[in-house]
Amino acid sequence: MELTGAEIVVRCLAEEGVEFVFGYPGGAVLNIYDEVFKQDKFKHVLVRHEQAAVHAADGYARATGRTGVALVTSGPGATNAVTGIATAYMDSIPLVVISGQVPTAVIGMDAFQEVDMVGITRPCVKHNFLVKDVKDIAETLKKAFYIASTGRPGPVVVDIPKDVTQLKTEFAYPKKVTMRSYNPVIKGHTGQIKRAAQMILEAKRPMIYTGGGVVLSNAAEELTRFTRLLGFPLTSTLMGLGGYPGSDPQFTGMLGMHGTYEANMAMQHCDVLIAIGARFDDRVIGNPEHFFQEGRRIIHIDIDPASIAKRVKVDVPIVGNVKDVLAEMTKLILASKETPDPAALKTWWTQIELWRSRDCMKYDRNSDLIKPQYVVEKMHEVTRGEAYVTSDVGQHQMWAAQYYKFDQPRRWINSGGLGTMGFGLPAAMGVQFAHPDAAVACITGEGSIQMNIQELATCKQFNLPLKIILLNNRYLGMVRQWQEFFYGNRYAESYMDALPDFAKLAESYGHVGMKIEKPEDVEGALKEAFGPELKERLVFMNFITDRTENVCPMIPAGKGLSEMILV
Amino acid sequence: MRHIISLLMENEAGALSRVAGLFSARGYNIESLTVAPTEDETLSRMTIVTRGSDDVIEQITKQLNKLIDVVKVVDLSEAGHLERELMLVKVRAEGELREEMKRMSDIFRGRIVDVTEKTYIIELTGPGHKLDAFLEALDKGAILETVRTGASGIGRGDRILKI
Ligand SMILES: Cc1ncc(C[n+]2csc(CCOP(=O)(O)OP(=O)(O)O)c2C)c(N)n1
Repeated sequence: MELTGAEIVVRCLAEEGVEFVFGYPGGAVLNIYDEVFKQDKFKHVLVRHEQAAVHAADGYARATGRTGVALVTSGPGATNAVTGIATAYMDSIPLVVISGQVPTAVIGMDAFQEVDMVGITRPCVKHNFLVKDVKDIAETLKKAFYIASTGRPGPVVVDIPKDVTQLKTEFAYPKKVTMRSYNPVIKGHTGQIKRAAQMILEAKRPMIYTGGGVVLSNAAEELTRFTRLLGFPLTSTLMGLGGYPGSDPQFTGMLGMHGTYEANMAMQHCDVLIAIGARFDDRVIGNPEHFFQEGRRIIHIDIDPASIAKRVKVDVPIVGNVKDVLAEMTKLILASKETPDPAALKTWWTQIELWRSRDCMKYDRNSDLIKPQYVVEKMHEVTRGEAYVTSDVGQHQMWAAQYYKFDQPRRWINSGGLGTMGFGLPAAMGVQFAHPDAAVACITGEGSIQMNIQELATCKQFNLPLKIILLNNRYLGMVRQWQEFFYGNRYAESYMDALPDFAKLAESYGHVGMKIEKPEDVEGALKEAFGPELKERLVFMNFITDRTENVCPMIPAGKGLSEMILV
Repeated sequence: MRHIISLLMENEAGALSRVAGLFSARGYNIESLTVAPTEDETLSRMTIVTRGSDDVIEQITKQLNKLIDVVKVVDLSEAGHLERELMLVKVRAEGELREEMKRMSDIFRGRIVDVTEKTYIIELTGPGHKLDAFLEALDKGAILETVRTGASGIGRGDRILKI
């Protein structure tokens, strides 16, 4: 039977087992929306801004490992989606974004609501397609899902002109695709893995450095087994948190610009560095020249060959899926008669404990003002460390990462690469759809939350019981901190004036609002918000925090790991 | 160092802009870029001349390989290869220059492919430095217009770029 292009789009999504499509309608996608209306295979979630549709699909993808799907119209719908697409691209999140396009006959005519979506998104997608023939829709969507979810994942845009959704053709969804130009490597090179295992066994001051690749490849279990077997210290990037249990003693904390002293020092002074699904980015190692250390050897496991030797030279590169490579490496180490020198490892741990004893994450616990760190710590306690936590971008993001000890992967959901303010709330919606019974919190700032606050309406419409933890310092705090440290306290445009009454705002959307101003009220408020009484409700908690608090420790941009500013 | 990179990619709309976009987005330099379909019309072959340190060239080939439309990439400069470029030069051909231009064209094994009372068009192929040398050798005032294709490259002997 012949189907229209619009029917085919919807059938393809059903064939892919898509559960949720986050979107917003408009002229160019009306045919598709008409078919969305007629089906019941997936649920469509109407957001209030297309950026939020993409972030929600992204949050869903991060929390589940499945491909998120967003649907937007042409022109402004498509451009509004771009920030979301770039956010997913920087963090390698699998998404398929379907955008409407003006009819093929008027492409290039500056038609109403026309933008060159393929051109605009080219630098921030893994791949994109313009479908010019109805016969190509099914195969293109199949390829889109395949490309998005395999190898190093990423967003794929499929731009479909309106007339293509109207025309008819026979529908058959391809069972599988092969592409001669795209064959991601999965298994690592056995010889390289052997070399790495040998280097690991000979290490005297080893350090494991993990990133988002561990989470993306679902390798938490393999990583934990590997790390425990060896007894090595481990650190993680912002994106890798939860890949190894955050409350385990072998975990030395997050590294990088706002990482712990012990993690950064151990990174710098180790003799064998095992980098796993991480990419040595500038917020992590600072300046590559300062990072260089004579005699330190580096093993780098990553699925993307282009991530290897991009910023630092490595001794043993291993291209492959982290999960498979770790499993194979563990097998080799178990089979070997050698073990790492226990005396050397003991000395190394003594040194690390010495660094750790500086207690770089300490903060004033006796303050009369609410310390943001305290809110996060208490929240960790109240939720027993089991919540899904999304965040926006700024100081609150760093405090969330530092003080909520993530023990499981896919629980910590934030925009690490692009650093997109406005990510937290819509991403949390996606997470809550994926896990309707779980506690889902969004830790945010008063700057960030206002970038997508309209989504409180979506939350009401779909009864999403999110807990919004606003660490309200009346400043664009992270900007203010840089101005305090590096711009002589000249706080150019980093204050937040004319703030709404957030509790009332939340109430007007039909949610529960709270304002918390004293440290002694923090715990009670959190218990209430996460408690059984409010389980079904979205609670917006406005914590009035110490406005001068800074994120510490800190490595100034462009400096090296051993040049930290401590408190 | 100067490198000449050859690649095969799907002959699809937009494939060229993905490559060009990659170079500009990542700040790699392009000295020349040529592209045309191959005998298999589903494939295009591109030759890119670029400059960069070994690290940069390594990144360029990796990033090119990462493009979904790109099927194969080789750095021709790693081993024996041939490089050819085509140039058309329109020169003044009046008075003394008429004989002089003919003579220069012959010396460089060019061909005069268009003749008017006042001008010649000389066609020349060869490695880029030969074309440069020809232009150097001509009287600057005699050159009216030049157009060059940029280099095409191919590996010698058993080095074959095919799928
Ligand atoms: C869309 C966007 N615009 C600007 C920035 C730059 N920026 C980074 S952090 C920050 C301040 C965030 O303020 P707030 O959300 O109140 O969080 P706080 O730092 O106070 O915790 C800004 C403006 C950004 N990351 N994203």
